[in-house]
Amino acid sequence: MNQIASAKPKDYKSAVKPIWCPGCGHFSVLNAITKAFAGLGIDKDDTVLVSGIGCSSRLPAYVDSYGFHGVHGRGLAIAQGLKVARPDLTVIALGGDGDGFSIGGNHFIHACRRNVNMTYIAMDNEVYGMTKGQASPTTAADWDHSKLTPHGPGVRPFKPAALALASGAPWIARGYSGNPNQMARLIAEAIEHPGFSFVHVLSQCITFCPEQTDWKAVVNERDEPALADADEAARMFLHENGFQTGVLYNAARSVWPPEQVELQSADITEGFRL
Amino acid sequence: MAPKELSIAITGAGGAGVISVGELLLQAWAREGGRGLLRKAFGPQIRGGESAALLKLTETERYTAASEYNVLLAFDWNNFARFGDEICLSPGAVVICEDAGDIPAEVMAVEPRLIRLPMSKLAAATHADGRVNMFALGLLGQLLGLTADSLEQLARQKLINKPESYREAAGACIQSGVAQTLSCEVSVPDCGTKGGWYLSGNQAAGLGALEAGIRFVAAYPITPASDVLEWMAGGLEALGGNLVQAEDELAAINMIIGAAFGGVPSFTATSGPGLALMTESIGLAVASETPITILNVMRGGPSTGIPTKSEQSDLNIALHGLHGDAPHLVLAPLDIADCVYTSAWAVHLAQGLQTAAIVLSDQFIGQSTAVVSEPERCDPLVVAEQANDNDYLRYRLTDSGVSTLAAPGDADQRFTADGLEHNEKGTPSARDDDHQLQLAKRSRKLTEHDYGDAWARIEGEGEVALVGFGSASAAIAEAAELLAEQGIAARTISLRLIAPLQQQKLQAALDGCDSAFVIEQNHGGQLFHYLRGMMDFSQPLHRYSRAGPLPLSGKAIAAAVIQESRS
Repeated sequence: MNQIASAKPKDYKSAVKPIWCPGCGHFSVLNAITKAFAGLGIDKDDTVLVSGIGCSSRLPAYVDSYGFHGVHGRGLAIAQGLKVARPDLTVIALGGDGDGFSIGGNHFIHACRRNVNMTYIAMDNEVYGMTKGQASPTTAADWDHSKLTPHGPGVRPFKPAALALASGAPWIARGYSGNPNQMARLIAEAIEHPGFSFVHVLSQCITFCPEQTDWKAVVNERDEPALADADEAARMFLHENGFQTGVLYNAARSVWPPEQVELQSADITEGFRL
Repeated sequence: MAPKELSIAITGAGGAGVISVGELLLQAWAREGGRGLLRKAFGPQIRGGESAALLKLTETERYTAASEYNVLLAFDWNNFARFGDEICLSPGAVVICEDAGDIPAEVMAVEPRLIRLPMSKLAAATHADGRVNMFALGLLGQLLGLTADSLEQLARQKLINKPESYREAAGACIQSGVAQTLSCEVSVPDCGTKGGWYLSGNQAAGLGALEAGIRFVAAYPITPASDVLEWMAGGLEALGGNLVQAEDELAAINMIIGAAFGGVPSFTATSGPGLALMTESIGLAVASETPITILNVMRGGPSTGIPTKSEQSDLNIALHGLHGDAPHLVLAPLDIADCVYTSAWAVHLAQGLQTAAIVLSDQFIGQSTAVVSEPERCDPLVVAEQANDNDYLRYRLTDSGVSTLAAPGDADQRFTADGLEHNEKGTPSARDDDHQLQLAKRSRKLTEHDYGDAWARIEGEGEVALVGFGSASAAIAEAAELLAEQGIAARTISLRLIAPLQQQKLQAALDGCDSAFVIEQNHGGQLFHYLRGMMDFSQPLHRYSRAGPLPLSGKAIAAAVIQESRS
């Protein structure tokens, strides 16, 4: 057991040095995760970070817990399989906006619907960073910085929180890489929430989207309690500017799978015998 | 003298209860110690299409598709016509049908012995809820010398969750069918000792997996593999495991990788199109050394192909479908009962060698049910795993290639499994030495393992060798018997382990044979080309490959061998 009563965030960092650009928002997410872990005194041996592919998906190697760095878009599927098979573990899936909302979009909506007791941290910088700056499903329609879509993607971006709500996610929060202390609180709360908890993180990419440094002027911390009514939340997610941070939605829903009843050992060959 | 086999075709509309008749008839036959196979043939529709129960009652448990049918029960002639090329009647076959309507000319051409009865009317007159299929079951039961009571008991058991009036109706119709006066008789094969098992290959594969320790399954429905998953859902519930119905095959394969990473033996089943979707992540299991087992029940391809019919055309994708150098296991069951052994062996190998195992079953083996002796079981594997001395290195370079696999919850063995190339610790690395060493490690653990004698089933001595896998195994055994009648002695080699190929053992098995034939149910000769590419043969290697949907025929194989021998 590695439950540390007086754990410090740095105790949860691994010896592997992050490969991220200077100024990347993901450093702040890493710090928030280790801070949340320290705050909860989380057991390193009983915790697994699961990711797909992308800049943000490299994060599991930087944390001293168990980890799985899978293939592009499938982190949520790996994480749900793991949590269903091993309900005793703390399972956190994480990745970027391309990984989670484009190639992994189907897994995202079904994870929201399924409501397995785990946390998903989507580090949204509105761009594919690892492949050098292409538009993602959350990129503005007129963002014309990519050679792949020189006139901008031309299609309206997803609203991840609205998508999560429509798909049945019971707990939705938003954090910002410029406010790691708040993010650490959100992640800790997400881990403790019984069910699928979705933390949408505005995590800036100053390399491909230097304009994101302007986010700090528009980000605002929500000072009201989380909404529990889906109708109200739907209206809010469709009309907000997307820069409101905090726990935004929190509704009770039963977790899947339900706890198993104790079973007698059964002879599974019985039906085959003549 | 009793015949060696008797084949019965029952045809009708999908949903008319044709398959139930076949199942109950075979179960009643099996209770008497009889042996037999029930093949199910469907059109692509679920209701309103055509459906056939194709029974072959036999002396032995070597189950091939019947080449001709001695008895036909046709509920109507439209649906029979849709099986035109699949159901060939023997001369003088017994044909049971309604007394009204014209019998097709091709049926009359075999000069059938006709039993024409107003079956629907008689069923309706017997009981208000009377169904013609149960009446027909009675007729067929009488032909086989089965008792009405035995059939009724089985029918009542099958209808256990239906209203009592249904069970009453079924019983009354069966009794009435058995009591009819029939104008002809058939002779039936001898029965053996009573007992044994009755199951399908898909059930057997699911059973083998559960007995080998599988406790997590992720499932996405696909024909003809859905029934494996459905059977396992119940089995896992009984054993305390979990089954998740995934949103697609991409999720299914990754869910089992996640669960396996958690230390829980994990499994999925699919068919060609699903396997194609899974291949990227099977590579992840190979690279991250996460043990998983995938049962692929092959159907006609490519693309949607012929989903309800058998073929062996996924061998190429199973062997070569992964990107990069990704050594993994490919196995194939020898027959329905052997699905228990092969599926369990695949799980043990995948777990022991920490890799992905693909089991290539096929629709013929998977969806046919048969009476078999209690299936042979596979012992757990002994693998030379090397202990870590000091700090834990997940991907430690060991002599065997196998390194200790920790799971979350294990104290102080934390690591990050990775599809990125990595060093011994698991840290991502693009270094030349790490890549060479880890590639060699992952390859070595498969090639260095001693697979023993289970790699193939070898039978007979002779100048000709017949090599195959899966449902071709029974067809080549039948061909060998036919060749023996022609004075050609043949040896059959049915491969259970296809990758890694056991070249030396196969070479030794071919010793003394003047020529070898590779027999497979696909168009391109996939096994033939694989074997040609992997080893040198000291004898000429010939190819017999014929795609589905018709099952491989021992007769056609024997004819091809004779023709080649004479040329």
